[in-house]
Amino acid sequence: MTTGYFNEMYEDGAVRAPYARLEDWMRSMPAELRQMKQAEAEDLFRRIGITFAVYGEGGDPDRLIPFDMFPRVFSQDEWRRLERGIKQRARALNAFLVDVYGRGEIIRAGKIPSRLVYRNEVYEKAVCGFVPPRGVFSHIVGIDIVRTGPSDFFVLEDNCRTPSGVSYMLENREIMMRMFPALFQNNRIEPVDNYSDLLRRTLASVAPAKCDRDPTIVILTPGHFNSAYYEHSFLADLMGVELVEGADLFVENGFVWMRTTEGPKKVDVIYRRIDDSFLDPLCFRPDSLLGVPGLMDVYRSGGVSICSAPGAGVADDKAVYTFVPEMVRFYLGEEPILQNVPTWQCGKEEDLKYVLANLKDLVVKEVHGSGGYGMLVGPKSTPEQIAHFAGRIAANPEHYIAQPTLALSTVPTFVEEGIAPRHVDLRPYCLVGERIELVPGGLTRVALKDGSLVVNSSQGGGVKDTWVLAE
Amino acid sequence: MILLVSHVSTYRYDAPVRGAVQSLRMTPSVCDGQRAIRWQVEVPGGTRGAAFRDGAGDWIESWSLRGPASEITVKVTGEVATTDMAGVLRGQREAVAPEVYLRETAPTRADSGLMALAHEAAGGASDALDRAHRLSAAISEAIAYRPGATDAQGTAAEALALGEGVCQDHAHAVIACARHLEMPARYVSGYLHAGEEGGPNEASHAWAEIWIERLGWVGFDPANATCPDARYIRLGSGFDARDAAPIRGVAHGRVAEALDVTVAVEAVQQ
Amino acid sequence: MLSRTADNLFWIARYMERAETMARLLEVGARIALLPSAGHGYRSEWDSLLQASGTAAGFARKYADPVQRNIESYLFFDRDNSSSVATCISRARENARIVRTALTTQVWDALNTAFQEMRELERTPRSQLELSRLTEWTMRHAAMVRGAIDATLLRNDGWDFLGLGYTLERADNTARLMDVKYYVLLPRADYVGSGLDNYQWTTLLRAMSSHRAFHWAYGGEITAGKIAHFLILNPQCPRSLLTATEGATAHLDRLARGYHNSTAAQSRARALLGEIAEMSVDDIFEEGLHEFLSRFIGDVGEVSHLVGEIYLSGVAR
Repeated sequence: MTTGYFNEMYEDGAVRAPYARLEDWMRSMPAELRQMKQAEAEDLFRRIGITFAVYGEGGDPDRLIPFDMFPRVFSQDEWRRLERGIKQRARALNAFLVDVYGRGEIIRAGKIPSRLVYRNEVYEKAVCGFVPPRGVFSHIVGIDIVRTGPSDFFVLEDNCRTPSGVSYMLENREIMMRMFPALFQNNRIEPVDNYSDLLRRTLASVAPAKCDRDPTIVILTPGHFNSAYYEHSFLADLMGVELVEGADLFVENGFVWMRTTEGPKKVDVIYRRIDDSFLDPLCFRPDSLLGVPGLMDVYRSGGVSICSAPGAGVADDKAVYTFVPEMVRFYLGEEPILQNVPTWQCGKEEDLKYVLANLKDLVVKEVHGSGGYGMLVGPKSTPEQIAHFAGRIAANPEHYIAQPTLALSTVPTFVEEGIAPRHVDLRPYCLVGERIELVPGGLTRVALKDGSLVVNSSQGGGVKDTWVLAE
Repeated sequence: MILLVSHVSTYRYDAPVRGAVQSLRMTPSVCDGQRAIRWQVEVPGGTRGAAFRDGAGDWIESWSLRGPASEITVKVTGEVATTDMAGVLRGQREAVAPEVYLRETAPTRADSGLMALAHEAAGGASDALDRAHRLSAAISEAIAYRPGATDAQGTAAEALALGEGVCQDHAHAVIACARHLEMPARYVSGYLHAGEEGGPNEASHAWAEIWIERLGWVGFDPANATCPDARYIRLGSGFDARDAAPIRGVAHGRVAEALDVTVAVEAVQQ
Repeated sequence: MLSRTADNLFWIARYMERAETMARLLEVGARIALLPSAGHGYRSEWDSLLQASGTAAGFARKYADPVQRNIESYLFFDRDNSSSVATCISRARENARIVRTALTTQVWDALNTAFQEMRELERTPRSQLELSRLTEWTMRHAAMVRGAIDATLLRNDGWDFLGLGYTLERADNTARLMDVKYYVLLPRADYVGSGLDNYQWTTLLRAMSSHRAFHWAYGGEITAGKIAHFLILNPQCPRSLLTATEGATAHLDRLARGYHNSTAAQSRARALLGEIAEMSVDDIFEEGLHEFLSRFIGDVGEVSHLVGEIYLSGVAR
């Protein structure tokens, strides 16, 4: 049993209120029934097709992310506070993006070092001076949150480009409702299934001014070999919009068109799930075959909206992250509701010294990395691994940040031996358009290995349904 | 000065292409010192698409052409009134922070040779402007102008090592050195009226601009050891030659492409 | 509908139909191998099977002997063979995965189950796999996919593109099988009308799962004329050229109506249908069976090409 961590279900031997009704359910499930249910869930996932594709490793390319049936629960009060904090952060991040592609007031005011922004590789010169419809750059903000105590929530990172995983949030709920209908009768759980309607409404609300009818929305995918293709097609289907690849679109007359069996059809809003550098070979990587030549010219002249807007990545850069609380104060004149994790910038000499001296207690992340590959979890690493990583940091200090190892909260999880606490994080998906919307829930990722703090699916993480209880 | 420009680029394909899309940065900048009296960009058989002024102040215009086509022509004609601004860019509206132009790109990466040259040239300079002039002069000296010495994919470091190059290499080299000294610098493409002695290929020209605090962007043309004057027409800028290219295009079809360019910039007798 | 989606649907159907044809050919081969052959030895019969499937050259590059085991490997399992059952089913399923949302759960389930079971078969020791099990397996899954399409799919434009894929592939396959019988299976012209000739025609009928139907419809001796009528002109035969062309034309008519736009593909298909519907067996033999079939294969190819141009490539405006 992991101890010394905040257990979201049990506190001082007593069941915490949000989980009160889950104890009976848990006890009413003997091992055989549990295994049967687990197999049923896996079968459902496979049949529905919720898999992520991994090519080039042999075997079945379609993998399942392990699903844990034990839900993670928030009370209405807990959620309200989270919701305010998330929305506040999403507003500040968008204000920051409008500012740094405009006059750069926050830099002039000396609140954030100019080099972190202007010399950042993901800062796009091509969109300088352009304000997207409604002043929104990041339309879907995924904020990764960890909890360390009853009311201690920290933001681990922001995802302003194309945060993935929302299909798991929706499917996890669907599967739970199918398998345990009684649970949903006994607990009053806020629904999340209006997410796709809200997403469609959000995207429609940022159609370009030139669009004078019900906007045509598409999702742009890199293609069916992409590991998140399932999610792309799932969302397209839920919203009733076409899922397109670059080659399905072309540019003419100042607009973007898609190739249909009935001839060209004008496209107004593109929810893209490909990176900036692949969007348009004329503007970015000339060797990209995934994008649409001429797309950026149409975008800049107001003929189409791209969500998230090109250039949005500068707001979720790990080096810029440190300054998000400052953004909240600067643009909104409010105190941040959600805390940042204390962060050392290895690019700063003093911080570097501290980091190198305390590697065994720290988590070190690459500034331009993602997916948990380019990181070091000090307490879980051997002295050799630490020494090796220290070399990498010393060679390129400005590429790394470090944070204390957080005591991530745990939630009971079905494991081989029965039920045991496992560490979790949370990714809610905040929608920003005409309005700011947040469905009550999110994706809870769980580190299935005993003692592990890494929740990434590529590193042995699983997922859970996330409940917000109604009043 | 009144300059007459005629610039025809013809792309020929060994098999017909299904279509093409082009993004053209071929309209004179709106700034003090140059004024278009008339200006026309045409792609015969094509459709004009999106057009806008970008963050760097350049006018961008898209064209698309439906195939099958075995050649595509981009035709620019115009007349521009110019005055000598001693290289200083004034009156242009732009939204890009100068610091953005400190970013390194592959052709403008400073190797040890360029770094050494930058430090040597800048030593003893009285101020930023003086430093920029010295850099430009040093590059003029270090890289001799020789058409055909380098190709379009070449880098500043290669040109310096070779000791010869064309205006693109000169501009890249100055940019690499300036950025190494933490001076924002960018690539400018445009036209040059080279006079009677100038060959037909030199009319399409490129130079560098360096950001000087309190003065703004200042042009330097190391290929001609001067700053842009009334003989120059400025079209647009970028991090390097590719980023500032007047024509960027994609043709659909697996074909080999040959480019044929004729440019003439003449001065009207006054 | 997105042109690429229509293209994927079209190819799901073509690959499933092709997988089925391949399985039928294998079944015929197995049947021949069980019979004592009159002086021709089954080796050459297996060889003619490769000829009939259009895969002889590819096979020769990879295997020395046209023995049953190699042929089974090549026509059923080999991913290097672009027409093998395994290739066809994987491609059909991959196309389906791309357009999951244009299909019903039942259709996806049918295709995905076929694919998953295919992978099981690939892992099963070959000694445990009877050929008949493989061919029956293929036909069962082909039927399940068709059944799911028929029973659950909306009759929208997507259904028409699936239908076009099935009918055009079937028209092509039937014509090719007949043509191969006529030109490849019969080694010499003087065999025409011989016992071997009739035996091979019967084999062809078996490949179409039609030999009983044929006897019910025509009775008596098997003759080239009756077969030609059955496989080309009989509207009751599900694999006849007339039935397949009718089907394709109907789908093109529906698309034109739905899109309010008549197309060259539609008029080309109608012209072809009009022509065959008016034909007699005598007309066909007068033109020459091979000549007629070559022309027909060309015409079907042209309709497919036009369908591609107009609907599937997104180039047409």
